[in-house]
Amino acid sequence: MSKPEPFLVASKCRPRARLLSHALEKGEAVKLVIGIVRPEKANDVLEALYRAEVRGFSLSRVQGHGGELDRVETYRGTTVKMGLSEKVRFEIAVSDPFVQPTIDALCNGARTGEVGDGKIFVVPLERAVRIRTAEADVEAVTPVGE
Amino acid sequence: MALPVAAQIDTGDTAWMLCATALVLMMTPALGLFYAGLVRSKNTLNTFMMCVAAIAVAMVTWAAVGYSLAFDGTGDLIGGLNHAGLHQVGFAPREGTTIPHLLFMAFQATFCIITVALIAGAVVERMRFGAFLVFAALWSVLVYAVLAHWAFGGGWLASNGTLDFAGGVPVEMGAGFSALAAALVVGARKDYGRQALLPHNAVYVLLGAGLLWFGWFGFNGGSGFSAGENSVLAFTNTLLTPACSLVVWFALDLVRGRRVTAIGAATAIIVGCVLITPAGGFVSPGWAMLLGAVGALPCYAVIVWRPRTRVDETLDVLAAHGIAGFTGILFIGFFAQFAWNGLSDGLVYGNAAQLGDQALAAIATPAYAFGVTYVLLRLIGLVMPLRGDEREEALGMDVVHHGEEAYATGEGAILVTPEAGVEGDVAVKPI
Repeated sequence: MSKPEPFLVASKCRPRARLLSHALEKGEAVKLVIGIVRPEKANDVLEALYRAEVRGFSLSRVQGHGGELDRVETYRGTTVKMGLSEKVRFEIAVSDPFVQPTIDALCNGARTGEVGDGKIFVVPLERAVRIRTAEADVEAVTPVGE
Repeated sequence: MALPVAAQIDTGDTAWMLCATALVLMMTPALGLFYAGLVRSKNTLNTFMMCVAAIAVAMVTWAAVGYSLAFDGTGDLIGGLNHAGLHQVGFAPREGTTIPHLLFMAFQATFCIITVALIAGAVVERMRFGAFLVFAALWSVLVYAVLAHWAFGGGWLASNGTLDFAGGVPVEMGAGFSALAAALVVGARKDYGRQALLPHNAVYVLLGAGLLWFGWFGFNGGSGFSAGENSVLAFTNTLLTPACSLVVWFALDLVRGRRVTAIGAATAIIVGCVLITPAGGFVSPGWAMLLGAVGALPCYAVIVWRPRTRVDETLDVLAAHGIAGFTGILFIGFFAQFAWNGLSDGLVYGNAAQLGDQALAAIATPAYAFGVTYVLLRLIGLVMPLRGDEREEALGMDVVHHGEEAYATGEGAILVTPEAGVEGDVAVKPI
């Protein structure tokens, strides 16, 4: 986990709310954090994200190759090297102060130490819109009720 | 079981027993399907393969020594070796039956096979395939053949008067309590109690249960070794008891969760079939229906309770087979009826001694099955690892032990030609 910002420690407010107002004041941007992890570590990542109070994300099953060793499989007389591995792809749109906690959650949840643990990509988001309310950007990626 | 004085081959009996043998053999792949649906997709093939392996291993050990130890002679604890390697097992009628000895052996072989496959349910998703093969071979002789001798082959339970129509002792209690021991020795899956480990295909589970029920008509209906009255009674009871178990299971599901569940229904079918297995040819159809209804209760209780413990007896072989077999064996002691079975009455019909004989089997069998299996697996564990490391468990047994996937897409698969061989380093070495 990243070190909490000082004002969060002193504050009695819920950190999420403080971060939102903080972000709005500074006109902060929204980032898309993409995490590609082992399927068997997906549950650990979900738990880590929950602990980091990151509540909004999408998850999809993908196939890919990341330099890990190939598996050899044989079906009757046909032997194949499986070049693609099953992975789970998390897509998490967050405001700037949440980027590092999200990355930490992904790393802590998904790491085994062996080749094939996955990658994290952070890209800037042009816009984010919550469909129900038409809220934009930071407000759009901030969970309801805070 | 009224037997002809000078036993001759009866073609009607033989015809039915040929069919019954085939039906029971089908139960093992059916069990594979049932078990495969209950595990996660990455362990589908391994789970199914443990059942297929039971056919391979147990059939060979059965022909080599198992059959002889179970069915040669009337020693109290174990049979002889005169039929080892199927010596003198031919076309002449098996003593006490009107079917060829060879067919009798084949029918009994299918029982040994499915019992070995049943225990796999306790150790799926983590036990190494090689270690399971060794365990299956030794267990089929050291536990199954011994229990079969006790109950069917003229051993001490049979000569004592214990009634077991189709295998409450060797098959159901034998598998159920061995499964508990196996789960304790092999240990829980690494994710057990930490993550929800859900069945990956409920349709497999229902289809497997349906095929098992179908096969069970051969299992129970064939255990009279004839096309006679016992067989007709057992066959019909195999229809009645599971139906009653289903009704009660539906009710229990409704009370507990407000919904009737599909996997619960599949489980109820198995529980009902197991309940009637020992009692099939001994109790009236009416009592068989009561057995299905009442017997479902303890099994349901154990199935609900077991996952709250730290014992990862993964597919609940203890509840569905051990507890149900135990209940069925005791039930005979109360409700056996001379008018229906021609052998003995139970407590309700004035013969309290029968209940004592049944209780003896219900105590001795679990103790023997649990004890020997526990020691056997501990000993195998000294020679070879029983399970792989965490990485293998995370990857899944299918890829690690078989180099195949149940749901391979072929995307990204590079053909390896035989001439080129397997080049470079690979994550999972072919076994």
